[in-house]
Amino acid sequence: MPSPVPLPEHQLPVPPILRRPAGTRWAWGFLIDIAVFVSVFAVIFGVYSIGRSWLGPVKVEAEISQNPRSLPLYALYSLVRILVAYLLSLIFALVYGYAAAKSRRAEIILIPLLDILQSIPVLSFLPPVMLAMVSLFPNRQLGVEIGSIVLIFTGQVWNIAFSFYSSLKTIPRDLREAAIIYRFGRWQRFLELDLPFSTIGLVWNSMMSVAGGWFFLMACEMFVLGDKDFRLPGLGSFLQTAASGGNTSAMLWGLVTMVAVIVLMDQLLWRPVIAWADKFKFEQVESGSGNQNSILNFIRKESYLIRAYRRLLHPLVEWITAQFAKSAKRAAASFSSSKITQRRGSLLLWILLPIAASAVLYGTYRTVQELAHLHTGDYLALLGSAGYTFLRVNLSLIIGALWTIPVGVAIGFSPRFARLAQPLVQLAASIPATALFPIILVFLVQLRGGVEIAAMTLMLLGTQWYILFNVIAGAMAIPTDLKEAAHIFRFGSFDRWRYLILPGIFPYLITGMVTASGGAWNASIVAEYFHFRGKIVEAPGLGSTISRASDAGHFDLLLASTLIMATVVVLVNRLIWRRLFRLASTRFKLET
Amino acid sequence: MSTTAAAVEPIIEARQLEKFYPQPDGTRIQVISPTDIAVYPGQIIALLGPSGCGKSTMLRMLTGLSPTSGGTVYWHGKPVAGEDPNVSIVFQSFALFPWLTVIENVEAPLEARGIPEFERHKRALRIIDSVGLDGFESAYPKELSGGMKQRVGVARALVVEPEVLFMDEPFSALDVLTAETLRGELLDLWLEKKIPTRAIFIVTHNIEEAVVLADRIIVLGRNPAHIHAEFNVDIPHYRDRKNPRFIELVDLIYRALTQQDHPELPTGTTSQGQASGAERRTILMLPHTRPGGMAGLLEILVDQGGHADLHALADELSLEVDALLPTVDTAVLLGMLKLEEGDAIITPGGQAFAHGDIQERKAIFRQAALANVPLLRQMEQSLKAKANRTLPAEFFQDLLDEHFSEDEARRQLETAIQWGRYAEVFDYDAASGKLTLTEA
Repeated sequence: MPSPVPLPEHQLPVPPILRRPAGTRWAWGFLIDIAVFVSVFAVIFGVYSIGRSWLGPVKVEAEISQNPRSLPLYALYSLVRILVAYLLSLIFALVYGYAAAKSRRAEIILIPLLDILQSIPVLSFLPPVMLAMVSLFPNRQLGVEIGSIVLIFTGQVWNIAFSFYSSLKTIPRDLREAAIIYRFGRWQRFLELDLPFSTIGLVWNSMMSVAGGWFFLMACEMFVLGDKDFRLPGLGSFLQTAASGGNTSAMLWGLVTMVAVIVLMDQLLWRPVIAWADKFKFEQVESGSGNQNSILNFIRKESYLIRAYRRLLHPLVEWITAQFAKSAKRAAASFSSSKITQRRGSLLLWILLPIAASAVLYGTYRTVQELAHLHTGDYLALLGSAGYTFLRVNLSLIIGALWTIPVGVAIGFSPRFARLAQPLVQLAASIPATALFPIILVFLVQLRGGVEIAAMTLMLLGTQWYILFNVIAGAMAIPTDLKEAAHIFRFGSFDRWRYLILPGIFPYLITGMVTASGGAWNASIVAEYFHFRGKIVEAPGLGSTISRASDAGHFDLLLASTLIMATVVVLVNRLIWRRLFRLASTRFKLET
Repeated sequence: MSTTAAAVEPIIEARQLEKFYPQPDGTRIQVISPTDIAVYPGQIIALLGPSGCGKSTMLRMLTGLSPTSGGTVYWHGKPVAGEDPNVSIVFQSFALFPWLTVIENVEAPLEARGIPEFERHKRALRIIDSVGLDGFESAYPKELSGGMKQRVGVARALVVEPEVLFMDEPFSALDVLTAETLRGELLDLWLEKKIPTRAIFIVTHNIEEAVVLADRIIVLGRNPAHIHAEFNVDIPHYRDRKNPRFIELVDLIYRALTQQDHPELPTGTTSQGQASGAERRTILMLPHTRPGGMAGLLEILVDQGGHADLHALADELSLEVDALLPTVDTAVLLGMLKLEEGDAIITPGGQAFAHGDIQERKAIFRQAALANVPLLRQMEQSLKAKANRTLPAEFFQDLLDEHFSEDEARRQLETAIQWGRYAEVFDYDAASGKLTLTEA
């Protein structure tokens, strides 16, 4: 989760000379090495048990243990799934974003496609992905495992790809020209310009994506597909089983484990990564206190990790760069060669284009065929449920904005309050709402209209943090002189909000709400439909339609509802959010 | 062209080099008119001109960074297209990679050429030492001051031992003292032959900088860019700014810059019917200034008895040509100032403006602007022609797009809106982007 509040002042900026300790402090270096050594064994054991599980025969309706003792192993299974899916996402996003940014032709197709893919909920990918994977590996658990990983992947990848693409598009002209004039080849350019310039965006979006992975974990580890019931051992399925059986103590154990894993990951992985990413900030002057992280500082000292990098990775990178340098040509100056590649490119395009076009045509034909199974009445019902979900999403957004604006502004205006509230808010935000949800449900299902409240609560829990963090950042960005002016002119609190605070946070608020809106639509598939105490509880809406269709294996209904959801989300983005965003970036931009 | 240079073969020679942007309607926006430029060995050449006149575009075409629209750049007599000229650029914004240390930044161009690590390191250390950055090898650029950063920029440029070193306003992002120090250091490297570089091509808008450094100064004219004047500097290095020949030369160049041939005013009336694609008038280009700046200039002139030497005036205000010229241009355009031999003389209209209170000034400005700026007159007429007296600003943007590049058209419109608002010709609502005629 983004952390807009700066580190406390007591961390003095460290002079440059002290930053990279040259000597080895043996005590710590030694401990680090031992820790690395122990971890290696732990990893070997983990790989072994994962391999045994993955390569074992298919376990249909596998028993999901409710014993807290199985939680460590289950947590490991889930963690590995999320991390593997994340790595795949990162690689895919880098390739996708690079292609979209470097080729104008690809850009025309890839960017709108990204927009649409982003608006398709995870569960809609479920049937095609699972069927493909299970038929690839019919006798191994591997098929189901890969299917689950691909599902998590579909929830994580798009925002990373978009972030990389937009970073590449905003590289300053001077840096691009320097790379050309100094004859950087593609590889060197990627390593020393493209990737570093995009790092900060990639890190923040990676954190958001992995958080999204935890959010949808329950849906991705346990699902019904027609007459088949797939269950993968993991934290998500543990929580899901506990919720279905109404086993409150198991629910609590699972929840505690999940929060513990997330907090550990935050401390051991994301914090050091953020501190490390500090050097990629594109700034000419150092801004305040550097981002310090004790774990990063340990790693930077002479430990085996650094040595391994120097001995293995560095020479490898060096060798690759040299290979590329040999064949590198200056891109801009060698007009003739660029023309040849262009010609080769267009030849390839002419071969590929008809193939792609016929594939698209065939796909459209099959889609229409599939959609024709449904009657007009079905479509009217679908539009009605889209309306329900629309109302739910926007109501939860409004509620989210209503409580986060005052709280966010209070935190943003008061450094003292911020220091207290920040860690609490971050902890609260890091708990995946889906895991917390069954516990809330215990109380809500007894109420009248409790299902409605429950659905909106889950949407709210999942998305309000985006608004809150952005409001805090916005409130902190309001310049002191404007606040002082409001004070001098004795603005009443109504005028203060009207002329100072609301316009000041507006761009940030919109940014937060755009993200929250997308998230809420996506969350509707888990918020409107859930297994609880052996029953299915559902609220009428597009999300529940998608979940039900997926559960029952009604592909025509699934396809139709997915199409409608993607259309609605893209339309809402284009018609509402994009306009507000333009207003935010022109009229309400704080410029000096 | 000087006789000494003609005997030597140029390193880079551009013949009929031009830049234009073809428009959908078949016409073109000319940014640089066909120009011959040659870079000879042993020379420092300065390309001097007001900002936005196409100096940087020229530099980018000569280095092969930006494609040419017409003409050819020759590198040792061969078209540059097939060659791989060994050149470097020092950028105004330094263009250092903030995530690489000083030495990594300097090594990067060598890495690109496939030079092995050990050799690379040795060469980078040597050049870092020669620009005086010893001890800062492992620092990141953001830890350095502006002057230090540009030293890294110079080191990175020199480490590949370029045959021609291009510098794009290299010292204009630095404070005056730092810039002077760096100029001295550059001359040291050049004059003491510490670097194998055979020619330096520097783009600048600072006249004194050009005279301090260059052996040959090319003054560019605007709209479209063309060579306006050329000067050979035969004062021996290191040049003393108080030397009478130095002062004389600066004054001469000043005059050349201020006596720029103003583009032709459109003849006849600006009735819409004439604007056919076949006969294209050059539309008057507005200098990008605000009316307030001109008021300040006229007030100072009144204080000085109605006339002043522009060079002295710039010195007194510690402004560079770049900052002063557009304001002078505005006053001349509006008939409030006359230029004679580098002297600015206030006209009766200018006197009246300078002495008026704010409402009187606006009235005088309005009259002068409507009389002298066809664009404003056209905007007023178009607004009058509408029943609701309102038009979107985009309407005029489209008109300007026919005459200027997209960026320039936007700036032109912004300036026109500034002037029109001050003159109370129209109101502008930024949120809706609409212009409304101000009713008297």
